Amino acid sequence: MKRRDFMQLSGMGFGAMMLPNVPIVGNYVSQEALLESGIDVALKKRLADAALNAAKSKGATYTDVRIGRYLQQFVVTREDKVQNIVNTESYGVGVRVIANGCWGFAAVVDAKSEADTAKAAEEAVAIAKANARLMKQPVQLAPQKGYGEVSWKAPIQKNAFEIPIKEKVDLLLGVNDAALKNGANYVNSVLFMVNEQKYFASSDGSYIDQDIHRIWPIFAVTTIDPKTGKFETRQSLSAPVGMGYEYLQVNPKDKVTGITTRYNKGYDMLEDVISAAKQTKEKLAAKSVEAGKYDLVLDPSHLWLTIHESVGHPLELDRVLGYEANFAGTSFATLDKWQSKNFNYGSKEVNLFADKTQVGSLGAVGWDDEGVETKKWDLVKEGTLVNYQAIRDQVHIIGEKESQGCCYADSWSSVQFQRMANVSLAAGKTPLSVSEMIKDVKKGIYIIGDGSFSIDQQRYNFQFGGQLYYEIKDGQIAGMLKDVAYQSNTQEFWNSCVKVCDERDYRLGGSFFDGKGQPQQVSAVSHGSSTARFNGVNVINTARKI
Amino acid sequence: MAVILTEAEAKALLTKVLSFSKADECEVNLSGEYRGNLRYARNEVSTSGALTNKNIAVQSAFGKKVGVATIDEFDDASIEKVVRRSEELARLAPENPEYMGVLEPQQYIKSSGYFESTASVTPDRRADAVAKSLEISRNQKLTAAGFLEDRKGYTAMMNSKGLFAYYLNTSVNFSLTVRTDDGTGSGYVAKGYNDFSKLDTAAATKIAVQKSLGSKGARALEPGKYTVILEPTAAAVLLENIFFGMDARSADEGRSFFSKPGGKTKLGEKIVDERVTFYSDPTHPELPAASWSGDGQPQKKTLWIDKGVVKNLSYSRFWAQKKGVKSVPNPNNMIMEGGTATLDEMIKSTKRGILVTKLWYIRPVDPQTLLLTGLTRDGTFYIEDGKIKYPIKNFRFNESPIIMLNNLETLGKPERVVSTESDQNYVLPPMKIREFTFSSLSDAV
Repeated sequence: MKRRDFMQLSGMGFGAMMLPNVPIVGNYVSQEALLESGIDVALKKRLADAALNAAKSKGATYTDVRIGRYLQQFVVTREDKVQNIVNTESYGVGVRVIANGCWGFAAVVDAKSEADTAKAAEEAVAIAKANARLMKQPVQLAPQKGYGEVSWKAPIQKNAFEIPIKEKVDLLLGVNDAALKNGANYVNSVLFMVNEQKYFASSDGSYIDQDIHRIWPIFAVTTIDPKTGKFETRQSLSAPVGMGYEYLQVNPKDKVTGITTRYNKGYDMLEDVISAAKQTKEKLAAKSVEAGKYDLVLDPSHLWLTIHESVGHPLELDRVLGYEANFAGTSFATLDKWQSKNFNYGSKEVNLFADKTQVGSLGAVGWDDEGVETKKWDLVKEGTLVNYQAIRDQVHIIGEKESQGCCYADSWSSVQFQRMANVSLAAGKTPLSVSEMIKDVKKGIYIIGDGSFSIDQQRYNFQFGGQLYYEIKDGQIAGMLKDVAYQSNTQEFWNSCVKVCDERDYRLGGSFFDGKGQPQQVSAVSHGSSTARFNGVNVINTARKI
Repeated sequence: MAVILTEAEAKALLTKVLSFSKADECEVNLSGEYRGNLRYARNEVSTSGALTNKNIAVQSAFGKKVGVATIDEFDDASIEKVVRRSEELARLAPENPEYMGVLEPQQYIKSSGYFESTASVTPDRRADAVAKSLEISRNQKLTAAGFLEDRKGYTAMMNSKGLFAYYLNTSVNFSLTVRTDDGTGSGYVAKGYNDFSKLDTAAATKIAVQKSLGSKGARALEPGKYTVILEPTAAAVLLENIFFGMDARSADEGRSFFSKPGGKTKLGEKIVDERVTFYSDPTHPELPAASWSGDGQPQKKTLWIDKGVVKNLSYSRFWAQKKGVKSVPNPNNMIMEGGTATLDEMIKSTKRGILVTKLWYIRPVDPQTLLLTGLTRDGTFYIEDGKIKYPIKNFRFNESPIIMLNNLETLGKPERVVSTESDQNYVLPPMKIREFTFSSLSDAV
């Protein structure tokens, strides 16, 4: 997804939601086509071997082949109308090689013969050789053992593509109806469903077949005050997840009750939209925040995005090294800070880890897109920076012998590169509930849901908004606020973290469309946390008069 | 079959696709493109790629039941398959009350964005262009990260009422960030053209080098309201948020900056300084665009904001019919009129101010005022008594492009720019703005 499309999506609460502009990857097909199986694994192996052999005979010293079938279904509605039902399928093969010490990549759509994949391999070698003259030193690839023929399937309970369209449409139109009945003027709702069927083969001797599923139900509710012409929106508190349709099963044990209900491994879309419609009216009447310093209590439905921007991105080694300098930027978390072994990324309460194995997360896979088995590792331990996220051609720079397994390409037609693992804040070890946390706050703001977000290219200075803001006065919630955004600096912010609730409150948030690279690629990633408290953060008032 | 079809080949193929149709109405969109790119970082090539795409999209309708299917194989059997599939999807679809039917044949003005210089780019020519850039950064002991991408492609459409349209174009975008080895200076440049022969990577690299060296040793200024000069690259990412929001339906619905209380809109109202005029024009020599939209509506020169007054909002065919007005398609390009001042002259006439060369990570904060936030990046400079005095540390801003265009001092000479947020190309002038709001400092370089 390109940045503009991402902005339109992430800004879906703002005015007309531009969802018909969601980029379509692949061909529009019937729903039935999404249930057909892709090509047989024995044929995939033959196609892969043809590419591996062709590349080797042209002089490649390393080759990997990705045979991908990517399925998507989007159901898009507003009020009482189905705006769009999109079923897409994209199939092709991407071949990456090292020749003359330089990477080369070529992709071919609809490759179903050994001649097709061999030709792509030869083209990749030719490109590598053409570009080798622009290299200063050859690519250094961390060794990787081959796994032979292996497979991995996401542990889902209900394949979302098997659920009839009518059931999905009924769910969304029911959600829209409930929003309108509860006073909203407009409501948009969408179900995104993705299935990646990926086959990876490399000259290291791996043949890896994987089946990955993701789902994201979202809505945005808008209510207008007819007297003033002011409007307020509230977006769903759902998370995109690496699950099947079981995410939409309503189960009381997945609900976190409180000032508003939040959700864990199961999402009650109907209940959430009714709350949302009522809350937009409350927002219209809410008090405009007085700018100043506040203690912030941040719900996981909000904090995931702050973790994503201020921890996930700066600890990507390719950014640290300068590979993303021309677009996404570099990082303040330079190698010397890591080498010092005493860089205080945050307070002692702050433990941040990367994990490509967490069940139900967006980033969970068995092996990454360069054949490395996935794992979990620490990034920040009791406040100290201890590691980065790296892939095979960079991991030697941080003295590791093998890659951490976070290489990803968003399509068979894109070249794989370092992408963020699920990066999460570990739950507090001392028992602490959200109400106990709020009880101790004298002057604070409790923020739920993610909103506007912006951070500089080295990940120092950031500004975040949310969906719901509640004033905390002397340990009590004193009512709703609006026009809130907080600004801070990454190191200062994480050092102001004084408490993290225990694991009973641990939940995942995440992004379906994290953008990086040129040409830009998207990646889906989850971030877990429990509610956390940050003291003395600068809050600004965002209201303006025109 | 070739990937890039001529007008005659496209017409023949589209006629064939339509011959398979059994639906009440059918509309077919056809496209083909070659893209090539070369990416570099740390003064050497990092990744590169080549991509070929071709596609047929068939939309069939039975009454108001509509289905769309697409395919990238062009043999007769595949074409018949995709037509049948779109018809099956249409039969199964719920009625779409907003379906307006296909258009009668239209008249289009001539426009062309095709250049052989771009169409004939090879991996070697791309590598040569990048080598010229790398030579400069390596010689000066600076670190370059850049991206060069070129494209040639066509789009064509035909429908069952006989409408036919075709557009062939080429484009190249080049962007580069040059950083000092100690990480204390950074400069940026981006250039977009239809004609590859206009791209001078060495000259562009020198601009980024100058900004990189010039931004070393930045000093901190207090956040607050300042007079700023926005180079076009910085202005583009703010102004495009106005362009993206100029939709009549969301304005009529009361949920846009262009809404007014009581279901009214700001159409016909003066919202910014009277020197501000935006228009779209497919025949603009610097920024040519297709003279038709994806649904076949003609594109012609259209004023969006004229002397500060909202002249047009875009109306889909459905919304236009509902409101009893003429439809106005979304524009294919956007041009802002300017003045004659050069950037140097604008600096010379500034007593105290800040030169902003690029802005980054722009996000909407409040849709009702179009309030945006983001940061300066890759070269920000303090101006005093008509001269650049010294580089300054980056700021976060919270500002609305509407407020900004009400605080207009001077418009300079327009030039073609690339948005660093959306990759869209525009023609925009540099602009001097009073009381631009910076809200905090950033340590980022």
